[in-house]
Amino acid sequence: MKNTMRRIVGGALTSLTGFAALLIVAILAIILFDAMRGGFGNITWQFLSEPPSDGMMGGGIFPALYGTAALTLLMTLAVMPVGVLTAVYLHEYAPPSSLLARAVRLAVVNLAGVPSIVFGLFGLGFFIHFVGGSMDRALGYQELHWGQPGILWASLTLAVLTLPVVIVSTEEALRAVPMDHRTASLALGATRSQTLARVVLPGALPGILTGAVLAVSRGAGEVAPILFTGAAYFLPDLPSKLNAQFMHLGYHTYVLATQSPDVEATRPLLYATVLVLLALTFALNLVAVLIRARTRRRASAAH
Amino acid sequence: MQSEGLVETATVAPRLSSVARRRQIREKVIAGFITAMAFTGIAALVLILVFIAKEALAIFLDAHAREEASLSKMFLPQVVRAGKPAAFVWQPVSSVPKVSMIPLFIGTLKTTLVSMVVAVPVGVAGALFAAEFAPRRMREILKPTIELLAGIPSVVLGFFALMVLASFLQDTFGLTSRLNAVVAGLGLSLAIVPVIFTVAEDALTAVPRSYREASLALGATPWETAWKVVLPAAAPGILAACVLGFGRAIGETMIVLMASGNAAIVSWNFADSVRSMSATIAAEMGEVVVGSPHYSLLFFIGVELFLFTFVLNMLANVWTRRVIKRLSGAGA
Repeated sequence: MKNTMRRIVGGALTSLTGFAALLIVAILAIILFDAMRGGFGNITWQFLSEPPSDGMMGGGIFPALYGTAALTLLMTLAVMPVGVLTAVYLHEYAPPSSLLARAVRLAVVNLAGVPSIVFGLFGLGFFIHFVGGSMDRALGYQELHWGQPGILWASLTLAVLTLPVVIVSTEEALRAVPMDHRTASLALGATRSQTLARVVLPGALPGILTGAVLAVSRGAGEVAPILFTGAAYFLPDLPSKLNAQFMHLGYHTYVLATQSPDVEATRPLLYATVLVLLALTFALNLVAVLIRARTRRRASAAH
Repeated sequence: MQSEGLVETATVAPRLSSVARRRQIREKVIAGFITAMAFTGIAALVLILVFIAKEALAIFLDAHAREEASLSKMFLPQVVRAGKPAAFVWQPVSSVPKVSMIPLFIGTLKTTLVSMVVAVPVGVAGALFAAEFAPRRMREILKPTIELLAGIPSVVLGFFALMVLASFLQDTFGLTSRLNAVVAGLGLSLAIVPVIFTVAEDALTAVPRSYREASLALGATPWETAWKVVLPAAAPGILAACVLGFGRAIGETMIVLMASGNAAIVSWNFADSVRSMSATIAAEMGEVVVGSPHYSLLFFIGVELFLFTFVLNMLANVWTRRVIKRLSGAGA
């Protein structure tokens, strides 16, 4: 009798945890469904290829798409070499009980927890006022040229923000390269750097790509760090110089959602923008998941 | 890679040809370059603190700023108008700037509290389900789904809270302010549930199978095993998950900026609009005069946020390691 009671109560509580898991999935489904329902009908070729018009109440999002792409491209170029080499140091070069390696790991963990708005402040204080301001003074510009918000500074700010993502996933990728590959290469007389360049890094390439994709998906969606480092409300021209301001999908979403003079009129555009942004990040995450699954399968086959 | 063997072969070789020596130098240069690169992460963290602190320092150094935004004006109640009782007011852009941090603290605390009350039970229970009860197939679907939720940009969650949640709550409960601490807190919880779930699930799956088998062999039901054996064994990791979620909720910006109403009100009513620290920076930095007391004040809020989250991260880090140590020390 007592035992049945225990089992029933246990079963009920177990279902409760299952309900919590279901709730998380359901919320995701609601968000997706809402974005699909509100946005799907409004995504047309015109919407994707035209600039906004009528004071943001018509037209499309092409400059925002272009700005987001350019921003994340620059960010990736900046973050990948640094992130990959840091991971290479941690996994391939650091002595087993290195103090430096421990300090780097701790810094990476903490960097991942710094609020995104603080990165924005950092970008403003360091890149724009300090680096940009110094460049202006050194190059003799009278008015602000580099010492103002622009796409270069915004992308470097995002690069610092995504650095932990790249380091962690690259280290995971390096771990998946079997130790035999390294010892075989060294036994054939290759040096450490040759082994690294021709055996280890090619072997870890899929995992490193995963890191890049994850960094892009994270960086493309962040708005807080670019609020005052380069994103603009509306620009008639596409950014053509590194110190130019740019439009951005996430910032555009924020502007449409909070600063529109006519909420009803902008709603279709807003939903369509959100859906594009969601589709973009989901596609990137999906690519990362697929590459990772393939790497894992290959790694387990190699052992 | 364990490199001791390699270093030895290099030092043991007695006399090297010039080619070999050049090779050795090149290897040293490459190793040095890679080591130097590894400093970037540390440098970034230090530079962040140095440069936001540098801009905030004017509050203590500049005479004008010191008068306008002294520590007592930030943290003690001020008489705003003669004859009225002293109060906490955040109104930095006005003829007499009022710079009390208290309304911002209260706003941040209220949204964070709401998000934690929702996200901790849901996240931990979900993790417990995934780690203990879910069939393998279901777990393989559950985890990537939650990763997908984690991948949603916060501006989209803010949009969802603003457009859907806020209207739903207002229609259901008839609240006076449509955007308030509850709406923002619920929006925030969407952002931190994946964090709590992932870290807690890691801690739970790290518990050795022998613990579960021993408990089940003694006649405990699966639920009793999960609740009285697995959960306590992973307790520091669960705690770390909650602390990480807490840190994320304090610093999250876009959701609060869009869904909280952004009114710096001192009250304990959760249906009132609030203004959080992060949202204040985001909303006011765009129009501020560089170098003004207000500008330094916003950076000062940034320093506070940085230090809060730094401490929380360190705590979480210690607790995560404690799980690993406890479980590997127990002879798993």
